Amino acid sequence: MNARERILARIASRKPDSDALGHHLATHPRGPQPPVPCDLKKHFAERARKLSSDVVEADQLSHAPGLIADYLQQKMLPMQGVCWPALADLPWLEAGLNIEARPARDRDLVGITGAFCAIAETGTLLLLGGELTPASTSLLPETHVAIVHPHRIVATMEDAWELLRREFGTPPRTVNFISGPSRTADIEQTVTLGAHGPYRVLVVLVQSAI
Amino acid sequence: MQNRSADFKRQVTIKLADTRLQQALSRLQSRFVEGRTAVISEIHDLQETRDAAAMIRDRALDNLDHWLLHFEAQATRRGAVVHWAETAEDVNRIVAGIAELHGVKTATKSKSMVSEECGLNEALEHAGVKVVETDLGEYILQQAHEAPSHIVAPVVHKNKEEISDLFEKIHQLPRKTGIAELCREAREILRPAFLSADMGISGANFLIAETGSALIVTNEGNGRLVTTLPRVHVAITGIEKVVPTLEDVATLLRLLPRSATGQSITNYVSLLTGTKGEGDPEGPEHFHIVLLDNGRSSLLGGPMQEMLRCIRCGACMNHCPVYQNIGGHAYGWVYPGPMGSILTPLLGGMENAPDLPNASTLCGACSVVCPVKIPLPDLLRNLREKQLVLGMKPRQETALLGIWAWLALHPRLYALATGFIVRFMKLLGGREGLLHKLPGASGWSDGRDFPAPQGRTFRELYRQRKHP
Repeated sequence: MNARERILARIASRKPDSDALGHHLATHPRGPQPPVPCDLKKHFAERARKLSSDVVEADQLSHAPGLIADYLQQKMLPMQGVCWPALADLPWLEAGLNIEARPARDRDLVGITGAFCAIAETGTLLLLGGELTPASTSLLPETHVAIVHPHRIVATMEDAWELLRREFGTPPRTVNFISGPSRTADIEQTVTLGAHGPYRVLVVLVQSAI
Repeated sequence: MQNRSADFKRQVTIKLADTRLQQALSRLQSRFVEGRTAVISEIHDLQETRDAAAMIRDRALDNLDHWLLHFEAQATRRGAVVHWAETAEDVNRIVAGIAELHGVKTATKSKSMVSEECGLNEALEHAGVKVVETDLGEYILQQAHEAPSHIVAPVVHKNKEEISDLFEKIHQLPRKTGIAELCREAREILRPAFLSADMGISGANFLIAETGSALIVTNEGNGRLVTTLPRVHVAITGIEKVVPTLEDVATLLRLLPRSATGQSITNYVSLLTGTKGEGDPEGPEHFHIVLLDNGRSSLLGGPMQEMLRCIRCGACMNHCPVYQNIGGHAYGWVYPGPMGSILTPLLGGMENAPDLPNASTLCGACSVVCPVKIPLPDLLRNLREKQLVLGMKPRQETALLGIWAWLALHPRLYALATGFIVRFMKLLGGREGLLHKLPGASGWSDGRDFPAPQGRTFRELYRQRKHP
């Protein structure tokens, strides 16, 4: 017997009921969920701000670059960075931004992404890694900007899993729930924003997809 | 990691006298205990959610083989390789083998208590792999050659001055004194390590059977870097960490960060499934998952199985009056506090941790805050009973209890003896009513005075009240 067989022999179920286990997998029942106010956008924005994200709203997608440029200027941040290849066609230049559509590298200071969906309960963004949606964009730069459509805000993490199952079947290699800038409290249990990931997160809520 | 739990009593004396440690521990109490209280109330039906969480863990444990096999099948289907390790040495051998297979020279690592259990870093260094801890706390400890003293806040025993000194010495840069500056310095030192590492090593807070994924819960972003950038990713965790579905993990995640650090959710929750997808510009080409037993399977199906529900939030130690006063190092192994006082003797041998099951007042705070409702005081009591059966109790203690038991079965003699003792002690207590020394119980009276009895036994007082 090898290690695998020996471990499995030791942990063999005393009373296996494979029907019940299969049923649990197939139905994946939810546990208790907190009530989330029906204005998901408002609740999401409140919770996201509570976790130190900045939130702004744009009427339409083409206005997002202008709002992002304003934010970067206000914070005296560089007007250049990278975005998801999925967002390559936005009018970045017209807003005075020099944005390259490629995965982020070490020296990139601003990374602009979309989001698969967002969760109102905790003010969380859900990003899926992929060919046009690299995970490094929301990770390596000091500033992460995420463009989110309010109709993609769901109430709870359970709703997000359901959406993922419906639209993707199985999860891609990387699924990241992001709730504000990276932080650490390892030194004297004092929360410090900006550990190994971004120092700040800007969420741009875009009303219309055009 | 070497087990030094047998040295517990001596360590306690040292830790109680360490004023810097005492200051650090009071900080932990105020931040984590108050932090938890502030956010746990966000869960409307907390008891119902804790019940659901306990049930999820029990469902996984009751059919552990079933869920692990399902997990293995799903993970393998997505291109991951699942390894089974019976012991810590197996883990070290397997991970060193993976490093050799893929020609790994350097590895970055995010926090993993299971890897601490195995002493993985030393084993890899021995195999010629340079390992860099990247969690800020673990990085500090690696540089200082120290062990973690808390499972969530590993460097809680150090203050920022000590960290400033350490960074100045090892980084050879001008001394930083602010916490934000220290964090930035570590970020800048560690960034090149992230970008150049061949292999990333992480733990896994949960394994999801449904999808064959490893899920990690982090704040700093190092967990994401370690699992995204290198071409090889190795996740190491205990066999008990599997849960059936994504919905199950959603329930557990409502409790874990709140119980651990007082956060409603950690900054990052990452679900990692298989190797990088076709066309993906990044992500590992090889994903290895190492499942460690190391004694866990021996708890299944027995009176200690509930301990395997543990999701490693650290709430039990944050709320434990013993941990709050001595910190984590005194416990002598990887897991301190109430959960450690149970796991250390169970995984490392009863004989190597004789004091730990007794290092609790059984006040019950730990079981009140435990998100998965582990009856920690009951399990501690169970271990104490086991010690008695194994003849591990000090002879003096068993002799005294034997005398007491004999007396208790002879009520008249009992009344006579206790009546004499309380009067004698009252006399010794003198006018201030305090005993400075208790013969035969110096461990109690060395640290504080014993209030002397008032001269009457309980039974005498009771009789008097009934028949005044």
